[in-house]
Amino acid sequence: MNNCKKRKIIDKIMCFASFFCAFLTSTILIIIFGYVISKGAASVNIDFFIHMPMPVGEPGGGMGNAITGSLILIGLSCLWSVPVGILGGIFLSEFGNNKLGAMVRFAADVLNGIPSIVIGIFAYTMFVLPMKSFSAISGAFALGIIMIPTIMRTSEEMLRMVPNNLREASLALGISQFRTITSVVLKTALPGIVTGVLLAIARIAGETAPLLFTAFGNRFWHQGLNQPIAALPLQIFVYAISPFDDWHRQAWAGAFVLIVMVFLISLISRLALRRKI
Amino acid sequence: MKTRFVDSGFKKAVTLLALSVAVLTCLLVYNMAANAVPAMQKFGPAFLFTSTWDPVKEIFGALPFIYGTIVSSALALLIAVPVSLGIAVYLAELAPLYIRQPLNFLIELLAAIPSVVYGLWGIFVLAPFLRDIAQPFLSNYLGFLPVFKGEFYGVGMLTAGIILSIMIIPTISSISREVFLTVPFTQREAASALGATRWETIRLAVLGYAKPGVMGAVILGLGRALGETMAVTMVIGNRPEISASLFAPSYTMASVIANEFIEATSNLYLSALIEVGLILFFVTLLINIAARALIWKVLSKAKIANI
Repeated sequence: MNNCKKRKIIDKIMCFASFFCAFLTSTILIIIFGYVISKGAASVNIDFFIHMPMPVGEPGGGMGNAITGSLILIGLSCLWSVPVGILGGIFLSEFGNNKLGAMVRFAADVLNGIPSIVIGIFAYTMFVLPMKSFSAISGAFALGIIMIPTIMRTSEEMLRMVPNNLREASLALGISQFRTITSVVLKTALPGIVTGVLLAIARIAGETAPLLFTAFGNRFWHQGLNQPIAALPLQIFVYAISPFDDWHRQAWAGAFVLIVMVFLISLISRLALRRKI
Repeated sequence: MKTRFVDSGFKKAVTLLALSVAVLTCLLVYNMAANAVPAMQKFGPAFLFTSTWDPVKEIFGALPFIYGTIVSSALALLIAVPVSLGIAVYLAELAPLYIRQPLNFLIELLAAIPSVVYGLWGIFVLAPFLRDIAQPFLSNYLGFLPVFKGEFYGVGMLTAGIILSIMIIPTISSISREVFLTVPFTQREAASALGATRWETIRLAVLGYAKPGVMGAVILGLGRALGETMAVTMVIGNRPEISASLFAPSYTMASVIANEFIEATSNLYLSALIEVGLILFFVTLLINIAARALIWKVLSKAKIANI
């Protein structure tokens, strides 16, 4: 009887511990959000979005250049990684049931697991060393590499979910394989693929490490693709480790804007997927 | 005729693009290895075992960074594994159905927070909290242990370990949860039918069955922790020293690259940093392969791509 009581008590304790873990973690999340919102939101105003950083000591200024820089970097990286990712996904789902497909899948998984700072080094050796300058292109190259595996594997999965009947029906009507894939299969899977792309964007929007020695950051507005460019996460990092209170305040504001940006993208991607199901 | 031409051309084009991803991966390894050659030639395997890091005299040994990476990640696992398993058990087995979805969403939000924001929070909230409250407390009551000795800086190994653990909790808990959900219901029913309590059912039927998958999740979390750069760089204190105390500032492989890469003016310096990156690459590669192999056992192949 005593044993039975002991077991019941252990059961109660462990179940509570399990609940407590979930409670603790959600509390930490809420605390982090609380800080970002309370410290960041107050400093976000129009100036923050349209102004460049001021020199040290002068109040005001904003992260306008960093925000546009981030958008340019995201756009540039999408420009090359979205086609490669989606077409690579088409290869994997439609022609990839062979050794070649397995190899590409493995390569994508390897890329997916690499720490982003290592990808930064790779982009540095590919672009910065030969060009002898930090540049927006090298940053976009690094971010694109991070995006590709996500886009490729989600595209593959979404394309695989398209029923084979659709492919067969289209081919039976005498439509070429190219048209079948582009007009029937791709079109059916499109919402899922868009989700994959948005998830990849959400992931790179906050990436800092690979930009440290590729995009490098810049205190001025965008000056050309072969020049260093500012990025929001980079600016937050630089401001956070600086000794100036005003910069700390701006770092919080930048973090607030960044989080809102990332969450909006994630939210849209979730909605895109939900509509499909 | 034209159709066949277009079809084969299309197939070739997508094959080529997909192959380019494989080529890119090989190029990454080759490029880094080629750039690391000067350091490899100069220091050989001793690079891994010496603890002098002196850019002025150009003597480089990566031991303090390897040590810092291992200890901070181990610390992160020590905290994150029990908590994540608790969350996963709660979400998969115990929680009332109506809060599972929202709670799961909340935990996954943690994964969406950019690492630089964690770093910012670490510098201005967590580090002062540890310095003023947690570290004096630990040192008072557990100060006889060498790990809790020393000055209170706030930034240091402990802070980095805690931040890392928060960052990898969503990875471990969400995969573990999925693994738990694949455990057949008959397993639980069998345990309950034998008179097991709720916890015993979970321990015997669910955790036992899901062990390989959970191991995989933990190893994947470890991979994340090893490669995490920004948040750690911001809170670890960046001092290339090996100290037994968790309060002391330390350095990791990823953060030395982040901090010193731009300052590396000489070829040898740069090459040494790239070699650190190369080591980091191979370690995370092995870890990811191991993790995937383990999770593969439990989850279907289709689900894994999302991880």
